[in-house]
Amino acid sequence: MPVTAIPTEPTSQIPNAVELKWDHRLERWLLLGLAAPAVLLVVVMMIIPVGWLFWLSFVADDGTVSLVHYRRMLEQPSYGRTFAATFQISLATTAICLLIGYPLAYTLSQLPRRVANLCMIAVMLPFWTSLLVRTYAWLVLLQRRGLINTWGMELGLWSEPVTLVHNVGGTLIGMTHIMLPFLVLPLYSSMRAIDRDLLKAAANLGASPTRSFLSIFLPLSLPGLLAGSLIVFILCLGFYVTPAVLGGGKVTMVSNRIANDIELFFNWGAASALGVVLLVLTLTLLYAASRLLRLDTIIGGGHTR
Amino acid sequence: MSWLDSAASDTQIRHRSRLWLYVVTGLVLAFLLIPTLIVIPMSFSASQYLEFPPRTWSLRWYQAYFASADWMQATITSFKAGALTALVATPIGTAAAYGLHASRLRAAGLIHVILLTPIIVPVILVGIAVFYAYVQLKLVNSLIGIVLAHSMLAIPIVLLIVASALKSFDMNQELVARSLGASRPRAFFLVTMPQIRFSLITGAALSFLTSFDEVIVAMFVSGGSNSTLTRNMFNALRDQIDPTIAAISTLMIVVTSLILGLPQVFGKSAAGSEQSH
Repeated sequence: MPVTAIPTEPTSQIPNAVELKWDHRLERWLLLGLAAPAVLLVVVMMIIPVGWLFWLSFVADDGTVSLVHYRRMLEQPSYGRTFAATFQISLATTAICLLIGYPLAYTLSQLPRRVANLCMIAVMLPFWTSLLVRTYAWLVLLQRRGLINTWGMELGLWSEPVTLVHNVGGTLIGMTHIMLPFLVLPLYSSMRAIDRDLLKAAANLGASPTRSFLSIFLPLSLPGLLAGSLIVFILCLGFYVTPAVLGGGKVTMVSNRIANDIELFFNWGAASALGVVLLVLTLTLLYAASRLLRLDTIIGGGHTR
Repeated sequence: MSWLDSAASDTQIRHRSRLWLYVVTGLVLAFLLIPTLIVIPMSFSASQYLEFPPRTWSLRWYQAYFASADWMQATITSFKAGALTALVATPIGTAAAYGLHASRLRAAGLIHVILLTPIIVPVILVGIAVFYAYVQLKLVNSLIGIVLAHSMLAIPIVLLIVASALKSFDMNQELVARSLGASRPRAFFLVTMPQIRFSLITGAALSFLTSFDEVIVAMFVSGGSNSTLTRNMFNALRDQIDPTIAAISTLMIVVTSLILGLPQVFGKSAAGSEQSH
């Protein structure tokens, strides 16, 4: 009569393999539980309230479900102007950042590392200074009796104080100042990663400096350029403080309009609908960016290898 | 000049032909740096219009700031909110980063994305969403409301910093500690934490600054005796250019620099002393 039956499962050599496996799995889930407080905070403080706003955007003033808030966005020309202004200002800021950020990143990538790191501090310093402080600084510099006007008149460049702030121009200056590091950082690191031997080879084969820049360096820096520009553009879409202060009430971007709808008109439906459109735009662009960039890094990686 | 004719790269380009590039770079760097730094000397100007360089130096804007009960109250609120945010967000964010890193489950990727949403969603939307929630929860104008909202905004930052530190940390060290009889928490606190200390302090410092510098959410949910410094500054900026804000800006630059210096002082020297043991 057999007294003991030795378990002969084909998969396990160790007697308690199944229990160990379950233990292991349980432990992994318990570890994941460490994220619970953070998840709880984000879900309760953000995901549920944003979901709520999402629902509110589909509720008309009389409490029925309708698309009235979205229809109003299409029908009232003032909404069109707000979206046009948001896109134009974001595009212009991105373009200016590109124009002045590319030469900066290029020079930094050519300098010896120690000098470049020193210059990077100059790029990072404003990055960590309060946005409000920087916006205020521009207000002080650009106001009617501010530094730029005083110096401009003393140098005889213009005789009357020029309106430099409380308009689109002032907003663009302030936004460019805030967004430039976001462009320069990814661009600089992608430029640093470019293999210098490729440029030597181009020169060796008789390419002029301009030619080797245009046909080798520029294409290889494009992924970083694209990443930086997309980040800048996406972040610009949601700007609030800078247009509110430096625009002086004359520049209304989507965020400013949302705040006005809440603060002045208590119109939660209209504000929520705008917020949903802004969120969808942001997420779509981010998603597109993540697809595009992965593709590009693959292509870029193929080139350098 | 001989330097101008020396080689600037391996491809026979001289510094002379790149001179324009250096000039452009210098100008752009000046554009980045000067506006922020120039506020500091201007805040000591006696004039209403904040001259540079100040014709007469004075501390009148600092006196105005320290004499104002409103500004003092707002400053205290901001410091409290910042410190509490760092105290809440750092442990919660670190626990999340550790849990996600160690569990290696597929669900971890999804949770990671959820925890990053506060920096993805436009701040104005976060602002009105939190405001809407607080109206129902009766948390508007309360310190705890500000701290919770700011902690939520700081969690992604702590998560990203600590997660990248854990990525370069050899988890086998914890395994060794546990095989020697340490429990998992003990292994974490005795082995892992001292080695990622720099990131933890950086996370705490950036959590403080996230709260200290935050304008939009504070604009909606703080007010009364719990309005933050940035909220009051923002409201003042929308009305007129109050030179007192130059003094406050200077002090904020000092606070930011000190806070960002903390990890350099504590994180690194601690790691250095560990090596000398």
